[in-house]
Amino acid sequence: MSGSAPGRSRVEWVVAALFGVTALAGLGLLVVYVLGGQTQVEGVLLAIALGSLGIGIVMWAQDLMITPVVVEERHPLEAGPEVPADLEEALAEESGFTRRRFLVGMLATALAGLAAALAIPVLSLGPAPGRELFTTAWRPGKRLVGADGVPVRAGDIPVDSLVTVFPEGDPGSADSQTLLIRVPPDQLRLDPTRAAWAPDGYVAYSKICTHAGCPVGLYRASERKLICPCHQSTFDVLTGATPVFGPAGRPLPQLPIHLQPDGTFVADGDFPEPVGPAFWNERS
Amino acid sequence: MTAPEMADRPRVRGGDAAETELDRLVAWLDERTGLAGVARSALRKVFPDHWSFLLGEVALFCYVVLVATGVFLTFFFAADSRPVTYDGPYPPLQGAQVSAAFDSVMRISFEVRAGLLMRQIHHWAAVVFVAAIVVHVSRIFFTGAFRRPREVNWLVGFTLLILALLAGFTGYSLPDDLLSGTGLRIAYSVAESIPFIGPWLAYLIFGGEFPTVELLGRLYVFHIMLIPALMIGGISVHLLILYLQKHTQFAGGRARESNVVGRHFWPGQAFRSTGLLILTAAILALVGGLVQINPVWVYGPFVPYAVSSPAQPDWYIGWLEGLLRLGPNWQPTILGVTIPTVFLPGIVIPTLLFGGFAIWPFIEARISGDHREHHLLQWPWQAPVRLAIGSGILTLFVVLTIAGGNDVLAVFLHVEVEDLTSTLRILAFVAPVVVGLIAYRLGVERRRRDAVVPETDA
Repeated sequence: MSGSAPGRSRVEWVVAALFGVTALAGLGLLVVYVLGGQTQVEGVLLAIALGSLGIGIVMWAQDLMITPVVVEERHPLEAGPEVPADLEEALAEESGFTRRRFLVGMLATALAGLAAALAIPVLSLGPAPGRELFTTAWRPGKRLVGADGVPVRAGDIPVDSLVTVFPEGDPGSADSQTLLIRVPPDQLRLDPTRAAWAPDGYVAYSKICTHAGCPVGLYRASERKLICPCHQSTFDVLTGATPVFGPAGRPLPQLPIHLQPDGTFVADGDFPEPVGPAFWNERS
Repeated sequence: MTAPEMADRPRVRGGDAAETELDRLVAWLDERTGLAGVARSALRKVFPDHWSFLLGEVALFCYVVLVATGVFLTFFFAADSRPVTYDGPYPPLQGAQVSAAFDSVMRISFEVRAGLLMRQIHHWAAVVFVAAIVVHVSRIFFTGAFRRPREVNWLVGFTLLILALLAGFTGYSLPDDLLSGTGLRIAYSVAESIPFIGPWLAYLIFGGEFPTVELLGRLYVFHIMLIPALMIGGISVHLLILYLQKHTQFAGGRARESNVVGRHFWPGQAFRSTGLLILTAAILALVGGLVQINPVWVYGPFVPYAVSSPAQPDWYIGWLEGLLRLGPNWQPTILGVTIPTVFLPGIVIPTLLFGGFAIWPFIEARISGDHREHHLLQWPWQAPVRLAIGSGILTLFVVLTIAGGNDVLAVFLHVEVEDLTSTLRILAFVAPVVVGLIAYRLGVERRRRDAVVPETDA
């Protein structure tokens, strides 16, 4: 089975052929690159080149190498009883760690102080959380505009459709994204204190899911429900975007708005609650 | 160069025969480092042979492919959130406002020669990497290879798994496409949900209120420097401990607790492993060339007020996503402290699962009272309780992963997603118990059948 120089074994020929295929596929890859490249052809040629090389090497190892099964004794992992004692002595005694308790204590104090001081730059990674988690860019008198910055008008929104709006001057603002939805006014069953926030059946809710913060992007008009595509939290538009299914723990905050004579909408203030996912002190 | 020649070389050339170039090089190095002795015992290291011992190697080789393709990608990727106008060759996005990061990924995909191939191999390698680790750790678990003295290497391996997950998630987030932005938004919300420190933590990691301009640069540092560096350190320690402790083996033949039966590392094992490395790369190249993955041009650039539906993460994040989808909508406020709904499924349950996983060798030793050294592996049925627990946990992961795609599955099965979610909520509790009990039963029966055959090795 071993191939001496004159008569090469069949396996040796096969391995040699496989290595030849690798060389050819490599050349082919070169040509493909020069011609401008093509992802699928590149992938196949690279796979052929590597594949025949790999198979060739494995065949070489399996069939042409003499690799007898051998038995090796295990030796105990630990070094014996005297070595750990020696190590401890080297660590503790020779350095005086065990004798100079006072100095060791002060060294620990020094390191703790230094560590505390060096940890401070970590705080530069982010500002301290302030009130921005509680507020958005909505202010009384801000008009509702689309992502393009153009004010939306009542006539542009058919019944049971919706549009994503932002405060004028902040189109695209991440935390102020709001859904303006038009529903038949007689169907709305909002909390009495908020009934006036939905003029003519136009009702505005924060678009940020109160579960994990995805934009609540799906509207099932037949049931008048908003659905978050990430985790399927479902909110009932008619009852103040209360969660009716899924993992969301509270309603989408409602934006107080009113309709102006020219057909544009104006916010009467910010959302009454923090938008988006909950955090521990959101009620403060 | 034929086999007998190679095997004979050290003996034949060691004596008075003419010195070869190799002899001179080895002597030169040895005089300066004294490493020849170490190298000799390393080359003579004995490795037992079983197909399941190759799983860890596949993971290692995926890491090699990841580094190689990843270095290529760094030459072209820009971790920059600043807006630019896309003017590349992909017509649907021409004129669109995108981030410089997204723009660079588009350039890699459409203009850099072999760029898309490298990107897709990189992504597929990441997917296979985590899969290989999971299968490898399952092998370790079910055969009891983690038992004393290998608890330490179990902990190192656990750390590597966590690092692999972090590497995967940070990499997935870098292209700044719509899908990755959604994933980051969820991660931010989960971090924010931790009582007392959540908002601080989220601000420190992300640099402020989501979305921030700093984030991509930070993710990039984590993805291409910190995590890979830690992984190289971890892999080195993992292999060093393996080397010092020697490999485990299955009982049978001449194998005993006190020995290792196998083949020398050099040349057989080394050649076979090299072949496996190249074959792993070959398969990744084939898949990377032919099977599209993460087509960011289809998802489009990240826009904070848009979302793609269905939104699916890479498979190894699916179970976390499933936990969030199945989580209850409880959001109590206790003494003014709100416990956000994502805290339980997003932080508490993963921490418990990962924590139990990390300290499993110590839990099992405590319960079984078995603190002896073990170098012979068990077959899974030889430890039916462990088999039951492991099968139950794996079943839970399968149910949760299915839940992570409940919207897609609901469309596929023509059922309401609400009904599917309710079913999966029940299954998440019932299925692991049922599968665990069945596994226990099968294990006990198999063990009993084996016990009938007279055993030589007590």
